Amino acid sequence: MTERLAGKVALVTGGTSGIGAGTVARLRNDGAQVFFTGRNEDAGREIAGQTGATFIRHEVSDVDGWADVIAQIRDALGRLDIAFANAGMERGDGSVEDISLDGWNGILAVNQTGVMLTVQHAIRAMRDNPDGPTGSIIINSSMNANRAMGNFVAYSVTKAAVVALAKSAAIHCGNQGYKIRVNAILPGVVETALISNLIASNENPDAMRAGYAGMSPLKRMGEVEEIAALVSFLGSDEAAFISGADLTIDGASTAGMMGL
Amino acid sequence: MSAGRLAGRVAFVTGGLRGIGHAAAARMLDEGATVIVSDLDSESDAHDLLGDLADRVGYVQANVTDEGDWARALDHVQQAHGACHILVNNAGIDLTGTVETLELEDWRRIMAINVDGVFMGTKRFVPLMAESGSEVEGGASIVNVSSIMGLVGYAEVSAYNASKGAVRLFTKGIAIEFATKGMPIRANSVHPGFVETPLLKAGFQRWVDKGVAEKPQDLVDAMNAATPMGRLAQPREIAAGIAFLAGPDASYMTGSEMVIDGGWTAQ
Ligand SMILES: NC(=O)c1ccc[n+]([C@@H]2O[C@H](COP(=O)([O-])OP(=O)(O)OC[C@H]3O[C@@H](n4cnc5c(N)ncnc54)[C@H](O)[C@@H]3O)[C@@H](O)[C@H]2O)c1
Repeated sequence: MTERLAGKVALVTGGTSGIGAGTVARLRNDGAQVFFTGRNEDAGREIAGQTGATFIRHEVSDVDGWADVIAQIRDALGRLDIAFANAGMERGDGSVEDISLDGWNGILAVNQTGVMLTVQHAIRAMRDNPDGPTGSIIINSSMNANRAMGNFVAYSVTKAAVVALAKSAAIHCGNQGYKIRVNAILPGVVETALISNLIASNENPDAMRAGYAGMSPLKRMGEVEEIAALVSFLGSDEAAFISGADLTIDGASTAGMMGL
Repeated sequence: MSAGRLAGRVAFVTGGLRGIGHAAAARMLDEGATVIVSDLDSESDAHDLLGDLADRVGYVQANVTDEGDWARALDHVQQAHGACHILVNNAGIDLTGTVETLELEDWRRIMAINVDGVFMGTKRFVPLMAESGSEVEGGASIVNVSSIMGLVGYAEVSAYNASKGAVRLFTKGIAIEFATKGMPIRANSVHPGFVETPLLKAGFQRWVDKGVAEKPQDLVDAMNAATPMGRLAQPREIAAGIAFLAGPDASYMTGSEMVIDGGWTAQ
């Protein structure tokens, strides 16, 4: 346990698995009070039990539910200091030639509108903090914001869009005189349960694992804990002058060509 | 703050007597590292400049443009500590002026300090860091101090732009190189915005002397107004980013860039 985030209240969307769940644990470990949202009630209860964080059942694109999420946090602790806009998915994605309109709209609703709603409601909550408008918002984009994938058009587009969202929100907060920082992180391939399951269920798991690992010159995927550590840093006062930034955390996957 | 995050690590910081380098040394010391700094000043001047850090950090008088000085610096670190886990290539100077009036001599000087210095430090320290890196979680770490001026152009700053842009891409090149060769060294660049240091103050004074503004405070006001967060950075805010990249929490970050500019380049 550290005291780095002592006294801070955090919200993590999509906190019931993967990077979100890892971040809930890390922020708790760094001393923050943590609320997290998601759709999977069983996982939510289990993570809440393990970490002492509070689960709120909420789907990130559910507009009407947002007021209630924020009200629960404010009623309990009267403030919000850190928001990690993490919920995202790629179900129904495809190439630009083939994707269905439903597939496209579904991904935009979560990855783009869901993130916008998170940032919007976080700013409105942080604006009313007892010691004035302060806070740190972190958006989980992806290295695919900078390196688009041909067979995941909606994912690539939404992950690029939320980098611009982070910058726009950062400038807005500055213009308003709010001490609210907004940044985006761009992870490479991270070994979440989702990826592990994909690998396990593939007919050639070793080749698939090597394929994912080989996207980074480090020849390994990132770990959930490594991404969570960056979120914790950005959420802390150590990052007090970092706003409007996009931070790549991908084991040099997008730093350039790998060479021969 | 998480004390002891850098416990057991040896860090070398160039240009560590003032500004960002000084703050980085202090920060890493706070987090438990053994710190050695280098700079141009004599031992006794260094003692005064280090102030309350003087008893706790090592000092090597060394010019980053001098290969012999680098050999001595490495020797010092190796003799005294037998390891190096963190190298912060921070020493740097600025240069302003319209391109047609820049002297080749001045261009070469800024390239020698800001670019050759980073290259030579990396070249010299990498063999030792490759050994030391396997001892610590997340490996050894090189943090190169570039600038927002290494990301975007700025009028009458072209030479500094070129030098800091070189640092940015040099860092990505070595990051990929170390990773693909399985060497336990990460490399990242830090891109500070306008930081309240002696370098910035001297730069502002030069603009005033040139008649760009009436007094330095006018330039500070203009910078504040142009920065979304509405203020300059303090050296310790850059130091915190350097310490993060230096340590185990940044174990998957290599070939990356950390912009610490209060939103300046987001606009
Ligand atoms: N201050 C800013 O606004 C700012 C913004 C972006 C980037 N930077 C960069 O940060 C780094 C540190 O800058 P600072 O603002 O702390 O500057 P500073 O002038 O306050 O400190 C720099 C230190 O480097 C030393 N140095 C200069 N030339 C050297 C040489 N040849 N060999 C060894 N040491 C040498 C100086 O003596 C000084 O102690 C520089 O690389 C600078 O370009 C500064």
